[in-house]
Amino acid sequence: MSGGLTLVVALPLLAALILILLSRLERRKGAIAGPGFFQRNGVAVGLYLAVAVGFWAFFIIVLPQLAMVDLSFRPKLPPSQMGGPKDIFTLENYRYFLFGSTTSTANWNWLHIKAFFLSIGVSILITLLNLAICYPLAFHMAQSAPVARLRVLLLLLIIPYWVNEILRAFAFRVLLSSGGVVNKLLMGGGLLDAPIDFLGNDVGLYMGLSYAYLLMMIFPLYNAIESLDRNQIEAARDLGAPWWHIHAFVVMPHAKPGIASGCTLVFMLSAGALAAPLVLGGPRTLWFTPIVYDRFYQAFNWPQGAAYALILLFACIVFVLAVLRMFRLSLGEIAR
Amino acid sequence: MAAAVELEGVNVTFGDFVAVRDANLTIEPGEFFSFLGPSGCGKTTLLRTISAFIEPTRGTVRIGGRDMKGIGPNKRPTALIFQNLALFPMMTVAENIGYGLRVRGVPRHERDEKVKNLLIQIALPEHGHKLVSELSGGQRQRVAIARALAVEPSVLLLDEPLSALDLKLRQHMRAELRAIQKRVGITFIYITHDQGEALTMSDRIAVMNAGVIEQVGNGRSVYAEPRTPFVASFVGENNAIRGRITQAANGTATLDTPIGPLTGRNPVGLPAGDEALIFVRPEALKLGGDPPSGFEGEALDVTYEGSITHVTMRVRTGQKITLSLGGGAAGILPQPGDMLKVGFEPQDGLLLARPERS
Amino acid sequence: MREGIVQRFSFAVYLGLFFLYLLGPLAVMAVSAFNTPDYPQVWPFEGFTLDWFGKLLSDGDMMYGLRTSLWIGVLVVLVSVPIGLAGAIVMTQIPVRARATYYLVVVSPVLTPGVIIGISTVVFWREFTTLTGMKFMYDGIVMTVLGQASFISAYCMLIILARLQRFDRSQEEAALDLGASYPQVFLHVLLPFLKPALFSAAVLAFLSSFENYNTTTFSILADKTLTTVLAGRVRQGTTPAISALAVFIVAVTVAGALVYEVMKRREDGRIRRRQQVAAKAEEAEFSGTPEPAAAE
Repeated sequence: MSGGLTLVVALPLLAALILILLSRLERRKGAIAGPGFFQRNGVAVGLYLAVAVGFWAFFIIVLPQLAMVDLSFRPKLPPSQMGGPKDIFTLENYRYFLFGSTTSTANWNWLHIKAFFLSIGVSILITLLNLAICYPLAFHMAQSAPVARLRVLLLLLIIPYWVNEILRAFAFRVLLSSGGVVNKLLMGGGLLDAPIDFLGNDVGLYMGLSYAYLLMMIFPLYNAIESLDRNQIEAARDLGAPWWHIHAFVVMPHAKPGIASGCTLVFMLSAGALAAPLVLGGPRTLWFTPIVYDRFYQAFNWPQGAAYALILLFACIVFVLAVLRMFRLSLGEIAR
Repeated sequence: MAAAVELEGVNVTFGDFVAVRDANLTIEPGEFFSFLGPSGCGKTTLLRTISAFIEPTRGTVRIGGRDMKGIGPNKRPTALIFQNLALFPMMTVAENIGYGLRVRGVPRHERDEKVKNLLIQIALPEHGHKLVSELSGGQRQRVAIARALAVEPSVLLLDEPLSALDLKLRQHMRAELRAIQKRVGITFIYITHDQGEALTMSDRIAVMNAGVIEQVGNGRSVYAEPRTPFVASFVGENNAIRGRITQAANGTATLDTPIGPLTGRNPVGLPAGDEALIFVRPEALKLGGDPPSGFEGEALDVTYEGSITHVTMRVRTGQKITLSLGGGAAGILPQPGDMLKVGFEPQDGLLLARPERS
Repeated sequence: MREGIVQRFSFAVYLGLFFLYLLGPLAVMAVSAFNTPDYPQVWPFEGFTLDWFGKLLSDGDMMYGLRTSLWIGVLVVLVSVPIGLAGAIVMTQIPVRARATYYLVVVSPVLTPGVIIGISTVVFWREFTTLTGMKFMYDGIVMTVLGQASFISAYCMLIILARLQRFDRSQEEAALDLGASYPQVFLHVLLPFLKPALFSAAVLAFLSSFENYNTTTFSILADKTLTTVLAGRVRQGTTPAISALAVFIVAVTVAGALVYEVMKRREDGRIRRRQQVAAKAEEAEFSGTPEPAAAE
């Protein structure tokens, strides 16, 4: 295993070194103008910048991710055998995800595969649902709300924003459980004879997820629409454009980065949600993240857990790339 | 006494772009020196080279006789007043002015004393505790000057500091700057694209174009004796007419132009046969009479301004020529559409070689 | 005109439903915190009680978790704000061609699911600390701070970057020109300019750290924070003590938001007053009597 780690540490450091040397070379050739890094910041500040960013980029971001990739391709071994002859690259963890066995490929691992695609599919639906719920309010706040009302609205939005994810899920549990408020009201009103099992059939989970990440959608949307010049809408209206036309061809194209960034965030958070499935999921609930969690802390199979995490990460990357493609945006435009 | 600032073969290039080409110049102590040129001519680059924000690609900058190579902006005896003033918004007026002293480790009481004096000098004694955002444009201007003067630089560099002010205040500040310079007696190096500013304030002016210092001299010589076509047309209004020299002798020459032969001074001694330009100031052109050089054209536009009347006329080639008629000279003002006959004396025409690039 | 009324009415309904959806569950939960039954319920309201808050305070695990969470929050602020600041400054200086790559690297944690960040952090540091003999570093709190710092630093960077992009570099040059050293320029000019953004970043970093669950649950190892204790409690069974905790957190948030709002209004007022003073000075200048400057 130590061999893997050396590789993991050495590769990015080498890449960075080569980049620095290249820029040195270019500077010497005069292709880069202006003062050098330390000349511009002074030695003390320059050192702080280099160390802080270097530590962050390498030790907190890149190296852990690479270590996880490395681990996902290794067999589960007791510590004594790590780095030994049995510590070789293998696809068995990924094989397990697909076939439920590290060696056989006879049967598909439907439980995990289904959970994975269900998580992804439901997350996409939740993303679209939240976009639809939030867009009108975001537009109203950004374009037509008077200042005083805007402040109140923002305040009302910010408060639930900082309530913990677990507590938000818990609130839904209070609301939807068989002895919860909704069931009691429905039964008390004579509409039901027996409580509906919202949690057992995953309605609670999906609602909770949509609820939990509602605000991740509204703020990017609001920021993007706010920068649209109101005159553009007025002009379109003067030209006789119907309201849906204005939204589809004036507001939405302008708000593209906000829509993309809200969608990316909601999708990522919901596909990677752990608290809501734990709190709101029924015994038969399928969600991918808790399965990843169990690989680590129930099965104690870290390599397998790393592989599962990577599969999830891969799905998120594909989603981000798809959104970028669809909206023809660069990453810099959505991550703000 | 060593020169205040000396530039020796200074070149500044950014990649392929030459911002300053072979600048050689000596600025004397106590001088009010201006760099005049259109935007992008390299004057700001040159100023930033003197204050060490840009290192010259080649050449030497000397301040007070000392080579400044490798000496950073915080170690040079210069102070720069930025175009946008660059006052520190999070500091009070007094803290702004005292900043240079603070980083030099001047003790607080000494610093306070000096700041107080400077505040009195700039007529803002009651404003020390205010934030910069509470001042008017003119007041900010003075604070910027006081902040630069507080560190007692041997050279004060000013990068178009008046450009943000409106006209009336700008004219007031011209006089004030000149007065301050006289009082403190240090070298001022002033950057501007406004010839009026340069002419009214400076002891000497360097006219720059496309990275090259084209001419150095006092205001009068730059205006009256331009040595390049650029200087002739950039400093003051001027009419330029192209042609070929037919004869040249005794410091004058006659140019064959599409609107007839025109005679003027030939200070550089261009020989017959050369392509050349003849420059005639609008105020040198006279209506009617029978001067040695003359041409005809149609009046297009007549603007009466009391003491002066501006006339734009179109000659046969379609070129537009402007005239400034003194109030006394014009008995009857021309009307648009009139055919005019104008002329000038040989000493008012100036022949210069045509620049190759045009 | 009729269309306008219909539109307005339907929008009002939408707005009402939206906030009912957003705040309703929290309100219901809040009410249940004051109701006597053991199970969080709103209706029937059997009697007002504050017992659940008392239960909360006497819950040793919860209090321990709270202390750990606060401690981690402070450490994350101390790590993430300086890193975010450095990250933002480097972003403005890095050569254009390297910028996209750099941006991708440092912003990627924002778009990565929290569980994955937690997993990768422990995976890497478990090996790294073993290999380098720094096993004492492999600790729940340290791991959590490192894991959370990856994306919280990115938040901080984005906040600081937004303000940094409005920074006028000539101010740095002015300070240098007046004789300041590079560290002095940084301390006297850049930091004061960035102060509001640094403050916002610190608040955001603390709150994000405090409420984080996904990353923390992996990186906390054997230790516990408020959120991990809470998750355990919620899974075991539902008690109104959890509602009480929520009420408490909402109350703190509301108070914080209100304080922020008041501070912002005051600051706005101050800026407006300064502008008025400046406008008055400007007027005096134009009225044709500029104060005589060179009083000799």
